[in-house]
Amino acid sequence: MPDTNSNSAAIVIPAITWRRRAMDRLMTGLSILTVVIVLAPLFAIFAYLVYKGVGSINLAFLTQTPRPVGEPGGGMANAIVGSGVILAIASLLGVPLGIGAGIFLSEYGRNRYGDAVRFVSDVMNGVPSIVIGIVAYGLVVMRQKHFSALAGGVALAIMMIPTIARTTEQMLLLVPQAIREAAFGLGVSRWRTTLSITLRTATSGVITGVMLAFARVAGETAPLLFTAFGNQFWNWRLDQPTAALSLQIYTYALSPFDDWHRQAWAGSLVLIVLIVSAVAAVRIVVRRGTLAGA
Amino acid sequence: MSNRALPRPRFEAPHPEPGLPEQRSPEQGPKAALKIETTTAPLLQERVSEIPDALFGWVIRLCGFAVVALLGLIVYQLVIGSQLSWHAFGWKFFGQSDWNPVEDQYGALPFIFGTVVSSLLALVIAVPLAVGVAVFITEMCPARLRGILSFTTELLAAIPSVIYGLWAIFVLVPIMRTYVQPFLAKTLGWTSLFTGPAYGYSILTAGVILAIMIIPIISSITREVLTVVPQHQREAVLALGATRWEMIRMGVLRNARAGIMGAIILGLGRALGETMAVTMVIGNRPEIAKSLFAFGYSMASVLANEFSEATGDLYLSALIEIGLALFLVTIVVNALARIMVWSVTRGQPARSVV
Repeated sequence: MPDTNSNSAAIVIPAITWRRRAMDRLMTGLSILTVVIVLAPLFAIFAYLVYKGVGSINLAFLTQTPRPVGEPGGGMANAIVGSGVILAIASLLGVPLGIGAGIFLSEYGRNRYGDAVRFVSDVMNGVPSIVIGIVAYGLVVMRQKHFSALAGGVALAIMMIPTIARTTEQMLLLVPQAIREAAFGLGVSRWRTTLSITLRTATSGVITGVMLAFARVAGETAPLLFTAFGNQFWNWRLDQPTAALSLQIYTYALSPFDDWHRQAWAGSLVLIVLIVSAVAAVRIVVRRGTLAGA
Repeated sequence: MSNRALPRPRFEAPHPEPGLPEQRSPEQGPKAALKIETTTAPLLQERVSEIPDALFGWVIRLCGFAVVALLGLIVYQLVIGSQLSWHAFGWKFFGQSDWNPVEDQYGALPFIFGTVVSSLLALVIAVPLAVGVAVFITEMCPARLRGILSFTTELLAAIPSVIYGLWAIFVLVPIMRTYVQPFLAKTLGWTSLFTGPAYGYSILTAGVILAIMIIPIISSITREVLTVVPQHQREAVLALGATRWEMIRMGVLRNARAGIMGAIILGLGRALGETMAVTMVIGNRPEIAKSLFAFGYSMASVLANEFSEATGDLYLSALIEIGLALFLVTIVVNALARIMVWSVTRGQPARSVV
């Protein structure tokens, strides 16, 4: 990289005064300082999370349901399963629609309509998650007359769609045009080309987008507050209030009981392990994927 | 393989140049030449293949349309839901500071105040730090460290907000209470912004946790913007004998101004809508206080706390109207930011995969 202090060069360079050099050093120092300041809370959070979480996770936490208020012991098994159910519903609804919208943007959307959809999905990415919760409440909870896993899934699906659409589009755009043309030249129909050639080539990239969207909604709490609502017991029905890990962490964090605080940390650790492993899996897939060099 | 076997003469290329500008050639697709062959192509095959193609095309278009429809649905739900409150209070809703569910009196001013103040505080703290980090990663950092640093900042963005909130309750709030707030009261107490009892829970604490949360967003977009500043800009400034800092200031930051502004506004959008972490530390009291040490309440927090317990139609409607206001503000802020970021990174994918 450019070395600015090359005064020894043969070309005559206007003198770098001590003032300018001091300014340079100062700003370099300051920007290193910002990195330290920014990384400090990150390490603080992770260290504290692991320190508190590891000490709190035990078999009971992973296999039992919450005890009655104030009674120590119990666990979050139902919340872990509930989160899984809600995320599964969200993925089932959101992933196909998101990928479809991504295909639209890259293969059919190189025009004004595509631009509109592109803009809308970028803007939707910024809609506060709690507002999405209100919408899912109106759409599902009001009709069913009670909170449900389905409503939570719908809320999270709405959040996943724009993210997946945009990443899928970008990944499909990376597929060289020549590959599509080759398929057309062989007489392969357009839908077949899109699905078996273009999408297939970009698989790892598309999976990356899906996993990132998944990781993003996996820890969401706000849209679940009045959709999934939470539940202290096992529930296997999709139209009943369902526990979720993030909701349980929230409730326990605000409670006055030490044992619940402990469980909130344990729950956080489980949640973060889930998310980080999703992100890490993405990194590995991308590195190995067909598109790594494209 | 004779020419007669060409099965699909009426093909059209999906689009001339998705993402590959080098291939921009006007003579795209041998459409005309192929059309002549139409008569010789096997008829049956052509008929069979056209219906699935059309079907697929429409299904895909439907998916694209669904995204727009979703936004429409969001607007519809919010507007319909807030009708009652809108008719009862009109514009006064946003100017009144009285929030009293018992007497069915609702004014959103304290929540707007809390949201705006905590978000601006977050920006004041986060912007210098985030831009500093971005500059360090793109301009100064050794290549080996670069990957690790950008991965770590990405990781910061992956932590769910409820975990930030949990950490804030047990770590940040005590720190604020015992160290930061007394210190600020002693040194800056005369501004009257930092007065009153230090509970730890305050608008200030909400601003700090928001800052920690939006730094990764601002810095990763700033990084993208800085990377697209052409290398020759840097070289030109350096060739004039500038120091590295002067090069960054004149060659890089000045060229990336609009994009960095966009990144900041995007961060603002995120801060405005952030719910959980703020709810957990802001104190949740609908008051407009002069001191940053006082309890506050934000638009998102009041939704989180009161929505599922709202009894009465007007109460619920007032909450939905707050949601609508929050939605409109973030939409405007985000649209503005997107346009600004696009103006710099145009042509590049928003999140480069390099």
